[in-house]
Amino acid sequence: MGECPVCAAEIEVADDAIAGEVLVCEDCGAELELTSIDPVALAEAPSAEEDWGQ
Amino acid sequence: MKIGLLHSLIRKEEKLLIEAFRNAGVEPIMIDDRKLIMDFHTAPDIDILVERSINHSRALHALRLFESAGVCCVNSHKVAQICGDKLLTTAALKDHGIAQPECRVAFTEESALDAIEELGYPVVLKPAVGSWGRLLSKINDRDAAETVLEHKTVLGSYHHSIFYIQQYVEKQGRDIRSFVVGDDCIAAIYRSSDHWITNTARGAQASKCEVTPEVAEISLAAAKAVGGGIVAVDLFESNGGLLVNEVNYTMEFRNSIDTTGVDIPQVVADYVIGLVK
Repeated sequence: MGECPVCAAEIEVADDAIAGEVLVCEDCGAELELTSIDPVALAEAPSAEEDWGQ
Repeated sequence: MKIGLLHSLIRKEEKLLIEAFRNAGVEPIMIDDRKLIMDFHTAPDIDILVERSINHSRALHALRLFESAGVCCVNSHKVAQICGDKLLTTAALKDHGIAQPECRVAFTEESALDAIEELGYPVVLKPAVGSWGRLLSKINDRDAAETVLEHKTVLGSYHHSIFYIQQYVEKQGRDIRSFVVGDDCIAAIYRSSDHWITNTARGAQASKCEVTPEVAEISLAAAKAVGGGIVAVDLFESNGGLLVNEVNYTMEFRNSIDTTGVDIPQVVADYVIGLVK
């Protein structure tokens, strides 16, 4: 379990989660990055940049 | 076998690729581009690098440095360079005689306006580097052209004054995205939307598209034109046949696996493993 850094909701982290993975807080909808597995740490995911994606 | 996976954020695509490599008995070595330091001589100890960075600029430069250190990369720096810049993509497609929409490039507001009038309305103005349908402008008349060109010149950074102007193709509400892995066109989807922009990132709906010989032929030719590897090709269905709109080198495929019934990440993983063997 982790805590949403935006709304403090509890975030369930799957057993197969990977550091760097993007999660969405079901309470507030914030996009979060799982920055650490052990211990679980969450941060707001970076905002989309101009050269992102395809 | 040491397969490096260059990433920043881990999206659904990267998770699926990791799972696919594990299914094939390979644990990928994760390389976070945000923590990467390169010295122009050495690279992490890997047999091959699979590039999956979300940032084009990081991918482009990291690939050059990995190749400089002797690491084989999928896709290569050359492919990233060509696909990441619409101007270079158009030039490569032209060099290989591949059908694409008419296009003009100009470097000033005045010449861009002349180019738009020469091409005829409507046109689509695109940033040379960009994706997800962002900052595309469909310009229907001279008033809009003057306004958009002025805004881009005054408000944009310098590369927004490289004016890439494409003929607007009436595509009946959809385009095709095909997936090429090596020498095979493995799957394709229609991307349908009521909006003229049909990126799934902008809400377009994906549905299965049969890989007809025509789709396969132009997709494989486009992939070869940009240097080959693992790419997604965007196609327009025009009255004159299929046209290549863009080629993507770090393709997103989360909406296309169930839609097509093709396990795209597994095909990609098996292809990469095959390259090492």
